Amino acid sequence: MTSPRPAYHLANAVRSGARSALEVAEEHLAAIEAGDSAIHAFNLVTADLARRQAVAVDRTVADGQDPGPLAGVPVALKDNLCTRAVPTTCSSRILAGWCPPYDATVVTRLREAGAVVLGKTNMDEFAMGSSTETSATGPTRNPHHTGRVPGGSSGGSAAAVAAGFAPLALGSDTGGSIRQPAALCGVVGMKPTYGTVSRYGLVAFASSLDQIGPFAHTVADAALLFDVIGGHDPCDSTSLNRPTPRVLSVLDDGVAGLTIGVVSEFLDGAAPDVVARIRSAADALAAAGARVEEVSVPEVRFGLSAYYLIAPGEASSNLARYDGVRYGLRVDAEDTAAMNAATRSAGFGAEVKRRIMLGTYVLSAGYMDAYYNQALRVRTRIIEGFAAAYERFDVLLGPTAPTTAFSLGEKTGDPLSMYLSDVCTIPSNLAGHPAISVPFGSGDDGLPVGVQLLGPALSEGTIMKTAAVVEAAAPELPAPALGVPA
Amino acid sequence: MAAPKRLTRDEVAHVAGLARLDLTEDELDLFTEQLATVLDHAADVASLDLDGVPPTAHAMSVSNVLRPDEPRPVLDRDEVLGQAPAVEDHRFRVPSILGEAP
Repeated sequence: MTSPRPAYHLANAVRSGARSALEVAEEHLAAIEAGDSAIHAFNLVTADLARRQAVAVDRTVADGQDPGPLAGVPVALKDNLCTRAVPTTCSSRILAGWCPPYDATVVTRLREAGAVVLGKTNMDEFAMGSSTETSATGPTRNPHHTGRVPGGSSGGSAAAVAAGFAPLALGSDTGGSIRQPAALCGVVGMKPTYGTVSRYGLVAFASSLDQIGPFAHTVADAALLFDVIGGHDPCDSTSLNRPTPRVLSVLDDGVAGLTIGVVSEFLDGAAPDVVARIRSAADALAAAGARVEEVSVPEVRFGLSAYYLIAPGEASSNLARYDGVRYGLRVDAEDTAAMNAATRSAGFGAEVKRRIMLGTYVLSAGYMDAYYNQALRVRTRIIEGFAAAYERFDVLLGPTAPTTAFSLGEKTGDPLSMYLSDVCTIPSNLAGHPAISVPFGSGDDGLPVGVQLLGPALSEGTIMKTAAVVEAAAPELPAPALGVPA
Repeated sequence: MAAPKRLTRDEVAHVAGLARLDLTEDELDLFTEQLATVLDHAADVASLDLDGVPPTAHAMSVSNVLRPDEPRPVLDRDEVLGQAPAVEDHRFRVPSILGEAP
């Protein structure tokens, strides 16, 4: 039951001197050069930075020292992760050309582990979207079918891995923005427990929900990346000051003795071909020794509504900082208030404006109790619903997304239909719990289906060893004809 | 709790002002309809009876996060100001506020 671990093997080859990090970087840069015009996974390719970092890794190896567990492994970064002196745009006109004066903690940890940064990936503007179509730089296309969306908001990172441009990528997940694009692009994506990965240097969308996590081809490579980026950080006051689960060491432990619940509410709204795949994955877990039963968690039905009150509320506050004063775009006007409004009106796209207004409304006098505070009470109920389920079950299972990848433009005119893409992923964010999406074959249209595994806080080891069993049983998915040959 | 009445165009215009967004007439029409649809969907939450259920603002709450009050490196001033749209005498420069001369 050994899965391929491309990033892990790459790092070992570089650490042992069998391969040079520079050669690995050049190979991936060439793949991006050849293939990304059809995909638009990247907002920016940092070729010079990648070469410099790769040369430094090779020098460390030549000096007889260990560059770290990601030695020479190319990584793509979502464009809301701050990179010092390298543009970080959140795919928004309002931050076009902005060069942060510091690195995000995850970027520092990647460098210390020997990773090589290939560039910044496209995303929905300020991570608000489920298809990467709200990006000011234009949409990313799904490597499995360029007429389809890659999902979102971390669609560029998911597509970069799926297309073979990068073996690893980082994204952020506020309501499913790692897991849903991972599912639609046929790669592994994990949202860790809130507080296990530092948010220092992640441009804030909804601070109580945002969490950085890994994309990879396999569960083991996602575990390798999570082990590098996780851990307490004094620069993030919401960072958990307790041991982060180390997942790599438990991945092969299997699921014998685990009780796994298939969440009926997640199956209810999903397409029949997706449901069929989820049931096959459940059967595979049962065959591997887990006890699998169906379970109802009725509270999750209110997750979507609660999320689209809470997240915009937090966003309206977080995005108040884009006022044309300290960084980014300024559109001049006669006084500062008019300059603020002119800047924000020109700098933000329609989806960001919608969410800012929705959030401002639900936090305004007269409506705060009916909407925002009510949503926070629903959040309590969702946490209680999960807690009741986790008294009986170790892991919960369902689809990551209700359908396979939809067509470009299909949902852009109807925000609510777009929001419904996140119905299965949002509850984990509201609860602060970890969840992972693993590819499991394809739907009737031949496009990838993702199985989602959920667990209580700090259960990364349990959900990822379960994910490894699902992965081993997964039907073959044809790889897109792009990128570095495996 | 009863669901509030449907969102109006005037309320959207008011909220846009609070959020410092200038909207065109067309945008106002479009956003009013779209936001009202989202809030209609949220009526399922607004109408739930949750009296006595405490609100959760943070799922993994941590409190009293303190660190020793020791000097440490800070961001480079010139690097920070170098990203600003307008600077004067090592400060951020803005147009007039409250009508006084710039």
